This record gives sequence, C-alpha cells and structure tokens, in this order.
Amino acid sequence: MARKSVSMTKLALTGNEAVAEAFRQVNPDVAAVYPITPQTELMHKFSEYVYDGKVETELIAVESEHSAMSAAVGAAAGGVRAITATSANGLALMWEVLYIASGLRLPIVMAVVNRALSGPLNIHCDHSDAMGARDSGWIQIYSENSQEAYDNALQAFRIAEHSGVLLPTMITMDGFIISHTTEVLEILDDAAAREFVGEYKPMYTLLNPEQPVTMGPLDLQDYYFEHKRQQVEGMYNAPAVIEQVAQEYAALTGRKYGFIEAYRMEDAETAVVVMGSAAGTTKDVVDTLRERGIKVGMVKLRVFRPFPHEQLAEALSHLKSVAVLDRCISFGAQGGPVYMETRSAMYGKEIPIYSYIYGLGGRDLIPSLVESAYNDLFEGTPDPKMRYLGLRE
Amino acid sequence: MSVMHKYIRSTKKFPHLWCAGCGNGIGLSALVRAIDSLGFNRNEVILISGIGCAARAPVYVDFNTLHTTHGRALAFATGIKLVKPNLHVVVIMGDGDAVAIGGNHFIHSCRRNIDITAIVFNNRIYGMTGGQCSPTTPRGEYATTVPYGNIDYAFDICNLAAGAGATFVARGTTYYARETERFIRKALEHKGFSVVEIISQCPTIYGRLNKMGGPIEMLRWLRDHAVPIEKVRQRWSGESNLLKEDLGGKFLTGIFVDREASEFVSEYYKMAARVRSETRRKTKQTRRKR
Ligand SMILES: Cc1ncc(C[n+]2csc(CCOP(=O)(O)OP(=O)(O)O)c2C)c(N)n1
Ligand code: SF4
Repeated sequence: MARKSVSMTKLALTGNEAVAEAFRQVNPDVAAVYPITPQTELMHKFSEYVYDGKVETELIAVESEHSAMSAAVGAAAGGVRAITATSANGLALMWEVLYIASGLRLPIVMAVVNRALSGPLNIHCDHSDAMGARDSGWIQIYSENSQEAYDNALQAFRIAEHSGVLLPTMITMDGFIISHTTEVLEILDDAAAREFVGEYKPMYTLLNPEQPVTMGPLDLQDYYFEHKRQQVEGMYNAPAVIEQVAQEYAALTGRKYGFIEAYRMEDAETAVVVMGSAAGTTKDVVDTLRERGIKVGMVKLRVFRPFPHEQLAEALSHLKSVAVLDRCISFGAQGGPVYMETRSAMYGKEIPIYSYIYGLGGRDLIPSLVESAYNDLFEGTPDPKMRYLGLRE
Repeated sequence: MSVMHKYIRSTKKFPHLWCAGCGNGIGLSALVRAIDSLGFNRNEVILISGIGCAARAPVYVDFNTLHTTHGRALAFATGIKLVKPNLHVVVIMGDGDAVAIGGNHFIHSCRRNIDITAIVFNNRIYGMTGGQCSPTTPRGEYATTVPYGNIDYAFDICNLAAGAGATFVARGTTYYARETERFIRKALEHKGFSVVEIISQCPTIYGRLNKMGGPIEMLRWLRDHAVPIEKVRQRWSGESNLLKEDLGGKFLTGIFVDREASEFVSEYYKMAARVRSETRRKTKQTRRKR
C-alpha cells in the first residue's frame, strides 16, 4: 500500500453508515429521502447528522422515490449539490426521473443499496435494480465492501461534477451483505475529505437572474439527437476523470482504485469476473486454489458505466478461458449483463467466455460454488448456455 | 373453532410477522368476520395489498390474495375488478400505502367510484421501514424522521375520501373491533368505492416514540379519544357531518358518507354494450347500402 498523506481514523461501520459518513463529510446542500429496505438506515444515519447540526444539508422526507429523485433534480438544477439513496423498487420508481437527471446533465450522487426487484417480493441482495438502470446515462460504480463504498462515495462527487463529465453518478453496495455488515474501515479526517471533494461550481443553473436558462424544454427532431450525443461525450470523458480522481485519492489515502481490480492475474490461466461483495469470496477461492497449485485469478469490475472495455480486455487477454458471474439475469439474453459486456469487450479474441448467474434474491454465494465455476473452466466442461450457481433444478 | 380459524393459512404463513400487541391482527379479524357473516364464498373474494406491515394481512388468510407493490394495490385491484366484476375486491393498505406513495391511486379510485372496498390500517407511521413520518402522523407527534416533532399537517383519510368522491366512508378503531366489523360489513355490501379507515396501534414504533405506553395503554387511548359521530352530529347544522369542530385532540368515528351513485364498472359495461350494439347496427346498415 502506498503512503498516505493525511491522518485517518479507524471506525467500525456498516456499509450504510460508511456512506452516510462520507455524505456527512461532503455536507451536500440537499438530501431527498424516502425509506426502503435495505437502504433505510443510510439516510436515517444521515438524517441524524442533519438534526444534530453536523451538516448544513436541507433534508426533505418526501412521499415516494419518484418525488425523491425529482426533488434532487430540482435542487441540482438550482445549482446545488444534491444526494439521495434507494434500493430495488425505489430505484424502479425513479426511472422516469433518472433520465431527466442525466439528460439535464445534473451531477446528482445517489447510493444504491442493491436489492432484488419484486415480484415476488424479496428484500435481499441482487444487482437487477442497478443493472436495469444501466442505459439511463448514470455513471455506475460498484463496491466490494464498506471501505470501498465510503471511498467511492467521496470520489463520486468529483467525477459527477467534473465539467467534462456532468453526469449523475450512482455508487452501489450489496444489500445486507455490505449495507448491514459491520467492518473496520479508515475514514479521512473531515477537513481532508472536504478539501478533496471541493466546492461545487455549477456551469448553468436556474435561479440566476444574470443568466436565465431553460432546462428540459421540448427538443424534437431538430436537436434531441445531438443532445444525446453530448451525453455520450460525457461518458467518453469520464474514464480520464475517474482515473485522475482515483490517483488523487490514492495520494491522500494510499488506497488505489482503478476501473478493475486484477487479483493474482499475472500468470493466471483462467479467471472469474465479478462485481460487488462476491469479489471477496472469489479472492478467497483464488487463494485456496493457488495453494493447490492451480493458476487462477480474478477480475473485479469497479466501474460498470462507462464500461472499461479496454482495461478488461487487456486483463483477460492472456487467459485460456473466463467465467463471468452475474448477480442479475437478462431474460432471454445470451447471459448476464456483465457477461455480455465482457464478451463484447473481448470480441475478436479466441478465448471462451461463460456466463454464470448466482445469488439472485440474496442466495448465498459460498466458496464451493465459485470453486465449481473454476473447476468447469479447468476441466473444460463449461456450458455454452447460462449456468446457475447454487440453484435447485 | 373461531371464525378466524376457518380462514387462517396456519400451516403455511405462520408465525406471522407482526409484533406482539400490534393492531393489524384485530383489523384483519374484523374483516374476516365481516366477510364470513355475509356468507361470501371465499373463492369469490380477493384481497389485494401493497407493501408494509398492514399489507402483510392478506398473506395470512385463505382467500384469493395478491401482494403487489408499495402504494399501487388499488391500481392492480382496478384491473381485477374490471375483468372479474363479480368478485368481491378488497384492498388492504397502510396509511403510507394509501395516502403517501399511493395517494394518487387512492383519490382517483374514490373519484371513479369503482366497486372496491379499501381498508386502511392507519397506525399513523411507516411501520415496516422503521417508523418514518407518514402523511397521517399528527402535527406535533414524533417519528424517526421528525425527531423534534412533526410540523406537517396530517391528512384526514376520511375527509380526503369523501372530498374525492367515495360513496361509503367510515372510520373505526381497533379498540371498538365489533363496530369496525360492522362498518366493514356495510362497506362490503355497498356498491361503489367504500373506504374503512381503522385507527390502529403500533406499539413497537409509534407508541414508543410518542411515549404512549404498551398495547393496552394504546388501546385505552383509542377508547378515550374516539368520538362517535352520532354524539356530535346534532350539534351541527346543515349537511356536512365532516365539519371539524375542536375535538381537543380526539377524532370522530362512525359512518361519514353512505350514498348511492353510479358505479364505474357497471357504467363501463353498459357503455360497452351500447357502443357494441350501435356499431353492429351501423355495420348492418352499411352492408345493406352496398
Ligand atoms: C417503491 C417502494 N418504495 C419504498 C418501499 C419501502 N417500504 C415498504 S413498506 C413502506 C411504508 C409502510 O408504511 P405504511 O404503508 O403506513 O404501512 P405499515 O407498515 O405502517 O403498516 C415503505 C416505504 C417499497 N416497498 N417500495
Ligand atoms: S412495527 Fe408497528 S405496525 Fe408493524 S407489526 Fe410492529 S407494531 Fe405492527
């Protein structure tokens, strides 16, 4: 680990508390909140900071997630920093407004605590909620544990608000597995965190009599297409910004973040690609298999939007085969969403890639399941169709 | 065997999720007794709910049941009633379900006067998600999101329903369970949109945050704060029995609205029949002309 240049405090926090802590340090202007399991505690914790006067945030408890995202859009359009947080059906209910936020280029930061979408009703971890929003024009950053959730939350503001990007950003963590598990993590001191995040200076805002603007008016065949192209430009610019922000963060904290994390990949013959808390389990399995002399590695995706196709392809290009683990199904597709992105990133390379679906609705991913995927790769018995880990059939 | 035991899914869905002393069980039993007393065939009853502690109710009893999304149960119910007009469609909601996230569906169901019975278990808080302030949390009361007291005005669900056009509106409590059962029975018999609000106790969160004591104290509170409309009606002039006088923190119970008006589904089918016969006539005429 690199040297750190600021003092840090070790705290035992859940994922929800860790992100609330980051939000406290950022001291955003507006937070629009509405409860849903497993996100609820995050904003509860943050609202305590509001009531205790530890932040100057205006907190509005609205009557649905649709209203929460709308209030965040209103605040951000007024030129201030706005945050919110949600899970599952809450994110689904925000749908309409997710596109308003990205289309108006409002750098809202939202924590998504991943949970399965109904029906049937299920409150446990699953990436279907955030995956469904993958084309909504939001940047998406996934976290492996509470530390990463905290670190990603701080970095998200810098990325979203960068003048070349100006895109809303969601940082995610696995519901319950991270959000409700207490872990020890390192927190920057408040001054350093605030200095790192800096002040937000919006380019255009409503409510500025010197420069009145209109946001979101009718935009038909004449310009709509160009405006969408500009959003793509924001996404194209994002990688350099994500990298720059990660470097500055590493200089402060010693914790390095990339688009992906390659674990024991140098001489690996096969590897698994994962996102979120499953990366921790997979690393353990890699270690066990390595002890047995089996050359395996793991690639964790941290950033899903913009998709780091070059970095991923480079990390996987020397392998004999790859398994991609998705905590989400894309019904009727050839595999899970991460799998499909991975395959397309690997286009033209003669490396077989297989899709594994795991953990839907919070089903536990135990090490032996991950191991079975590695075994398939080594024994050359993977299924060209989707396979399921831990499913009764 | 009690009436309740005839309907409980005791081998499947128990133990239930509700806290000891919660009012939801009293509300559900009142509903089940009302349905039973009317002699409805259970296969012709459908209970629909959204999400929340209250919305768990249908899961525990053996009718057709549909568990939907938070706030949208009435919209799902509208679809069911339209295709199965002969079913007794009952929607169970919490106050958040009914008038926060689902408020729009609530007022429009009232306005449409569709033949559905809406039962609202009003515990004046979001129970399931840990006690956030709801649109029915009274001013000055406490919830986790209003640690210094609520500054919003609360919705009066019955006033809202009456104002929006519901044709049967009543309010009962979990303390006066027999009375509540009677209101529900009338609501089930009523043709049109009927609303029964049941003021209920949530000792675990609302009671604790507002220092109301345990379930027994909360039930006593309901007994002492429910003012039957009959007692005060004669003091008012004119039609509106919903006019609020200063009740000193108490609330009215009773049947506030019970009137007849054309009902949505029958109007819809009538219109469909009319339009179809007109179209048939016109096609015949055009054929003849040819
Ligand atoms: C779209 C959506 N947002 C949020 C939630 C989380 N949620 C579940 S129940 C509930 C509130 C419950 O309050 P109420 O309807 O009053 O019922 P109670 O639990 O008090 O009976 C909320 C916000 C959800 N399930 N779906
Ligand atoms: S939290 Fe309140 S409403 Fe929910 S089951 Fe417990 S007592 Fe009942």
